[in-house]
Amino acid sequence: MWRLLQIELFKISKRPRTYIAFIAIAAIVSIFQFAFKADGQSYMDLMMQSAKEEFTFDRVQAINGYFMCYIILNTLLIQVPILVALIAADSISGEANMGTLRLLLSKPVSRTQLIIVKFAAATIFTVFLLLWMAVTALLLSIVIFGTGDMLVFRTKGEDSQIMLITQDDVMWRYYAAFAYATVALTVIAALSLLLSIFAENSIGPIIATVCIVIVCTIISNINVPVIDRNIKPFLFTSYLVGWKGFFYIGTRPDGSTIKGSLENWPAIRKSLLILLAHIGVIVGASVLVFRRKDILS
Amino acid sequence: MAAIIQVTNLAKNYGDFTAVNKLSFTVNEGDVYGFLGQNGAGKSTTIRMLLTLIKPTAGSINIFGKELQHHRSEILRQTGAVIERPDLYKYLSAYDNLSIFAKMSGIKVTRKLLMDQLQLVGLDKVYNKKAALFSQGMKQRLGIAVALVHDPRLIILDEPTNGLDPQGIADMRNLIVRLSKEMGKTVVISSHLLSEIEQIATRMIIIHKGEKVVEGSVDELLDPAHTLVDIQTTNDAATRQLLETSRWKIFLQPAKPLQLMMNKDLVPALISELVAGNVQLLSVNSSHSLENYFLSLTTQPGYVEAFAN
Repeated sequence: MWRLLQIELFKISKRPRTYIAFIAIAAIVSIFQFAFKADGQSYMDLMMQSAKEEFTFDRVQAINGYFMCYIILNTLLIQVPILVALIAADSISGEANMGTLRLLLSKPVSRTQLIIVKFAAATIFTVFLLLWMAVTALLLSIVIFGTGDMLVFRTKGEDSQIMLITQDDVMWRYYAAFAYATVALTVIAALSLLLSIFAENSIGPIIATVCIVIVCTIISNINVPVIDRNIKPFLFTSYLVGWKGFFYIGTRPDGSTIKGSLENWPAIRKSLLILLAHIGVIVGASVLVFRRKDILS
Repeated sequence: MAAIIQVTNLAKNYGDFTAVNKLSFTVNEGDVYGFLGQNGAGKSTTIRMLLTLIKPTAGSINIFGKELQHHRSEILRQTGAVIERPDLYKYLSAYDNLSIFAKMSGIKVTRKLLMDQLQLVGLDKVYNKKAALFSQGMKQRLGIAVALVHDPRLIILDEPTNGLDPQGIADMRNLIVRLSKEMGKTVVISSHLLSEIEQIATRMIIIHKGEKVVEGSVDELLDPAHTLVDIQTTNDAATRQLLETSRWKIFLQPAKPLQLMMNKDLVPALISELVAGNVQLLSVNSSHSLENYFLSLTTQPGYVEAFAN
C-alpha cells in the first residue's frame, strides 16, 4: 500500500496541473497583502462602522499578520474546494481518459487498494495545499505586517461583534483551524473522487463537484426553519466554515475574554465528527461503486 | 501440454445485449494463441474479462489452474498485458512509466532491469524522453516493455498492431515469435488483422457475435480442403449454371458469383472440366489464407456449422 501511495504521489508531483493550485493561492494571497499594505485602513474603518459596540484600539497595529491571515482564510477557504477538485476529480477519470486505468487494474493491485490510495493521495495534496496557505497567508503576512493582538470581526444574527485575542493565544488557534480545514476539504476530495469514478474525463467531475458545493452552500445559507431543521444538518457545506469556531473566544459574564478558551467546543467537535462521517460514507461508496465497475475505457 | 487458460461457458450481457455468449476455450502452455474476430465480435470484452477489468455475467475462468476471481493478484502477478493502445502517462518519461508499472507488479525494481527492458524494445536511447513525444510505434513498444518487465508466464496482447506502420507491425511480429520461441512465454493475441495472426499463431479461436465459431491449431484450420477458388469468365451466368448442374455444385459459395470452397487438389480437375464445357476462362485464383477462411466463417453460417462439426 505504501509503495502504491508513493507512486501516486510521484505522479501527482510530476503533473503540471498540480502546481496551478499553489500558484493560484500565492497570487490571491499576494493581492490581499498588497491591498492591505496599501490601504488597510479603509477596510478597518468599514468594519468598525458596522460594529455596534464601542471599541478602542490602534487601527494600524490591528492590521497585523494574524488579522491578515484570518481575512484571507475567510475568502480563500470558499474557493479552495475548486482547487482540491482539480486534482481529486482527476483521480480515476484522468486515468480512464489517458487509457492507463485498464493498465493499472491489470496489475496485481486490488480496486479497494487503488481507491484508498487515490483518496490518501488527494488528502495529502489537500494537506500540502493548506500548508502552502499557512506559509503564504500566515507566515508571510507575519513577515510583512508583524504580529500583535488579533481582532476578530464576527456577524451574529443581525449584530456585529468584535473580539480581541491576545497575541500569545493566537497560534494554537491557527493550528487547530488549519487541521479543521483539512478535514473539511478532505470531504471535497472524497466527493470528487467518487464522482471521478463515473466519468472518463476530469472536466465532468470537477464541474459536478463545484456545482454540488455551490448548491449545498446556497442551501446552507438559506435561513428558513424547515431547511434549518431537516436539510442543513446533513449537508457537509453547513460545516465547511466551522474552523472559525476556533477564533470565537469564550467570554466571562462581564464581557472580558478568557485566554485559551473556545466559545462552543461541543459544536466544533460535532461538526468535525459529521465531516468525518461524510468522508467515511463517501469513500465507502467509492470503493463499492469502483469494485463493481466494468472498465470499458 | 498443461492448460494455462481454461475458459468455460463465459458470458457477458449488457442489459439485453449479449457481448459474449457461452464461450469456452483452452490456451495451452507455450501457445501463441490467436483470438480472431471482426470488430465488435467480443474479443476485447473476453480479454478484459481475462484481466478482471470486466466482470463476467456467467461462466468461469481458470488461469494457471486457479480460479481467476479468487486468485486475482496471484494470477495477475504472472500475467503481462497490452490492451489496445498502450496509453501511458504522457507527462512521464519512458523510464518513469516503466518504473511505475514494474513497482505495481510487485517486483524489485533496479535501474539495470528497467534499462534491459527498454533495450529489449529498442527504447534505451530515449529512456528519458517523455511519452507524450513518442510515436504510436514507440508507445506500443513501451507498452510491451511494461507488459514484460515482471517476467510474466502469460502475455495478453489485445490488438497490439493497431496504429503501427508496416515496419512496426513486422517488429511486433518478430517480438512475439521471440517471446514464444526463445523465452517460452504463452501469448494470447487478439486481432482483426488476420494475416498477422496467420503468421505467428500456433492455435487460434474465431469468435463471431460473442460466440465461438471454431477453435483449433492453425495448421488444421488452414487445411487445403478450405481453399477458396475465384473464377472469372467471359460469361459468369452461364458458367454458374453449368457448375450448378455438375458435381461442383456442392462447393459453390451461395453469395458469391463464382467462388467455390474446395480442396486445393481438385482445382486442376475443375479447370479441365470448365474448359471441356467451352467456358472461356479469364482467371482462376485460389487461396486458403486465414483471412478468406475467417471471412467465409463469419459471413456464411452454413459453412460455419460444417467446419465446426
